[in-house]
Amino acid sequence: MNVDVLIVGAGPAGLSAAAELRRLGAGSVLVVDREPVAGGIPRHSWHTGYGIRDLRRLMTGPAYARRLAGLAESAGADLRVSTTVTSLSADLEAMLTSPYGRESVTARAVLLATGCRERPRSARLVPGDRPAGVLTTGELQQRVYLNGERLPGRAVVVGAEHVSFSAAVTLAHAGADVVALVTEHPRQQSYAAFRLGAALRWRVPVWTSSAIRRVTGRGHLAGVEIADLSSGAERFVPCQTVVFTADWIPDHELARSAGLALDPGTRGPAVDTLLRASAPGIYAAGNLIHAAETADIAALSARHAARHIAAALVGSAPAAAAVPVCSEAPLTWISPNAVPVPLAGPVPGPVPGPPLGRFTLRSSEFRHVARLDVRQDGRRLTLSRPVRIIPGRPIHLTANWLPQVDPAGGPVLVTIT
Amino acid sequence: MSTADVVIIGAGVVGTAIARTLSAYALDCVLVDAANDVGTGTSKANTAILHTGFDAKPGTLESRLLARGSALLREYTAAAGIPVERTGALLVAWTAEQLAALPVIADKARQNGYLAIRPVPVAELYAREPLLGPGALGALEIPDESIICPWTTPLAFATEAVLGGVRLVLNTRVTGVADGAGHELTTSRGALRTRWVINAAGLGSESVDALFGGDGFAIRPRRGELIVYDKLARSLLSSILLPVPTARTKGVLVAPTVYGNVLLGPTADDIDDSADVSTTAAGLSSLLAAGHRILPGLAAEEVTATYAGLRAATEHADYQIYVDGKQRYACVAGIRSTGLSASLGIAEHVVASLAEAGLPLVSRDQPAPIPRMPNIGEAGTRPYQAGGEIVCHCERVTRGEISDALSSVIPPSDLGGLRRRTRAMNGRCQGFYCAALVSRMFAGS
Repeated sequence: MNVDVLIVGAGPAGLSAAAELRRLGAGSVLVVDREPVAGGIPRHSWHTGYGIRDLRRLMTGPAYARRLAGLAESAGADLRVSTTVTSLSADLEAMLTSPYGRESVTARAVLLATGCRERPRSARLVPGDRPAGVLTTGELQQRVYLNGERLPGRAVVVGAEHVSFSAAVTLAHAGADVVALVTEHPRQQSYAAFRLGAALRWRVPVWTSSAIRRVTGRGHLAGVEIADLSSGAERFVPCQTVVFTADWIPDHELARSAGLALDPGTRGPAVDTLLRASAPGIYAAGNLIHAAETADIAALSARHAARHIAAALVGSAPAAAAVPVCSEAPLTWISPNAVPVPLAGPVPGPVPGPPLGRFTLRSSEFRHVARLDVRQDGRRLTLSRPVRIIPGRPIHLTANWLPQVDPAGGPVLVTIT
Repeated sequence: MSTADVVIIGAGVVGTAIARTLSAYALDCVLVDAANDVGTGTSKANTAILHTGFDAKPGTLESRLLARGSALLREYTAAAGIPVERTGALLVAWTAEQLAALPVIADKARQNGYLAIRPVPVAELYAREPLLGPGALGALEIPDESIICPWTTPLAFATEAVLGGVRLVLNTRVTGVADGAGHELTTSRGALRTRWVINAAGLGSESVDALFGGDGFAIRPRRGELIVYDKLARSLLSSILLPVPTARTKGVLVAPTVYGNVLLGPTADDIDDSADVSTTAAGLSSLLAAGHRILPGLAAEEVTATYAGLRAATEHADYQIYVDGKQRYACVAGIRSTGLSASLGIAEHVVASLAEAGLPLVSRDQPAPIPRMPNIGEAGTRPYQAGGEIVCHCERVTRGEISDALSSVIPPSDLGGLRRRTRAMNGRCQGFYCAALVSRMFAGS
């Protein structure tokens, strides 16, 4: 079958892009998701705090997921669940598997919105036994909120970002006694009154400068070894559940198998400010290109991509080369990853900006007050206002320096000063 | 209580192979295991390679049964649909000393009856494996070394045995033996009377042997830790990359898997606890160091899983197989790390020895056919390729495959068993997306 736009992934990004594309009259829009219900991660994230920046209202995850799916469908997008894209070629042909069989879909544009997942214990190379009771937040939330499972006993959460606190809330709902959140960082990384409710945050101790060294238990989890990174001392903490949170990795498998260039920082497909990937007609948005931002930011980034896809389908997108945008340690990534530069011509148009007019970055270290220094070939393009830098939290860089970029110059490098 | 003709203790790859071989005869056989599934010990956690036996010690029983078993298993995989891929192996020399050892290894292979081994010049080596780390000096090619599914193999044997009338008794540990007209085995779940006993208890074979007065060997568990890389790493290599073995171990290899991943390992540590399959920080970091030297591209790839398995080694260099006709007892022990490849050769040898020792073998009129196992390998066609509801996304396992496994001849008794039958939850997300749903399906079955 042929469609104008194929969107892979019906999470906040994919659904928001679908509604926007239909609103802009971009033709037929097919959204596929491999899960049996559309909505993505918010489906099983039962706390409130969704929808603030994109829908201008406050909702729980499942309500938000339903709302976005409803908006996409009522806008006229074709939404198919339990449907997996098993391959994607550079000429925009996708193979789909669903309970109805196999089907080939050819699109004029493809938006990848496959999201991200947490690195599981094995990928973090935490040694020890392989007992039951070792989870990620994704599995935890589905077990508790979709299966109604109880998790009595003691629980340890690895990580101290927003999602870690979300895991702690879920554990508490499931009847677990959350012993601690464990982080290698010297302090926790969540907001003081993050949407989960501040009370919980003060009840659950956060063990900072601590790392999980071993998982113990034959059959079921018996406990974990926790090292104090400042003293080197290790101790055994008995628990029945351990949840590995955050440490996001984009679900980039389809992007990689389609031969798209990946950005070494985000590990998602490298995209320019229009969210175009390295193959013509393929775009990427949401947490596939910035793992992980909140759902509303993923939704807004996808609307941005939708607007550029709609423009490209009527032939008005700027043809362009691109200047890469990179970051340097302790910054771990910057998204988007390139600035398009108009090809030489009599009237070069303005350089299109990134979603929300800003770049997003991550750092592996805390900085109380720091500035982002943006340079190209040693020449400073801008120096940001002072910002606080917290690992796992977004750092924003306003994109007002784009006109200074030399189209013929080297990569733009962002550092902390 | 009826008296069985034969009780096989241990439903690993060796015990199940013996059971399926015996099921062709008019015998009342019982296959008993302490665990809740077949193939849960050494059989489930190994390097998943179907060896030719090129590097066995010439003249040993292991050499002979490995060559024979390997040929038999190749045939059997085709009939049973066990995933196998003949990728071939390249045994790579990285030092002058190792390079000098290659002709000796090739010579040994010929003594083992394996003639297809040949030297590979360094230019050809890099042409075949362009992403191999720098510094290789030369290699041997062993074109018949293959990768195989270690989970489907004992399951196929056991399925054939059960369909052929063998009684499979799981969750039952043999604890003692009393002798009368036959043997009366005491177990954790009551007594079992039998005329003959076959000890294929793997890591537990020393204690079973002691019940029959044996003291010829001691099991020395040798732990091997392994790392499984993401499927996206599969394009980094095309053959099994073997190191030059040392006196003690075959060394760390890098191999594709039939599931489309890349395997790195094993370590080799002698340990005391025959149930300790934990990984260690030191083991994993030594593997990473070796892996990054052999195939530098691995450094940028994600790890999907880590695990450890125990080889049932003894103080002897060869298998410890003997049949005592007077006691009507067979001991099949010390199979070390070659049980998967040699299993059908071992079974053939043991059954012939039992016949010599007096076990009456009368062929059944209609033996059970070789079962056709569900394909969980990437080389064959997988169900999702015809459509279906994919439940485990990383491994592309359909709802139908899970239902089929849950209602199979030997259904899984826990999620681990379901993983070994379908690959569900074995992928890169390790259950982030699918574990809750798959658990629900398992609980509802």
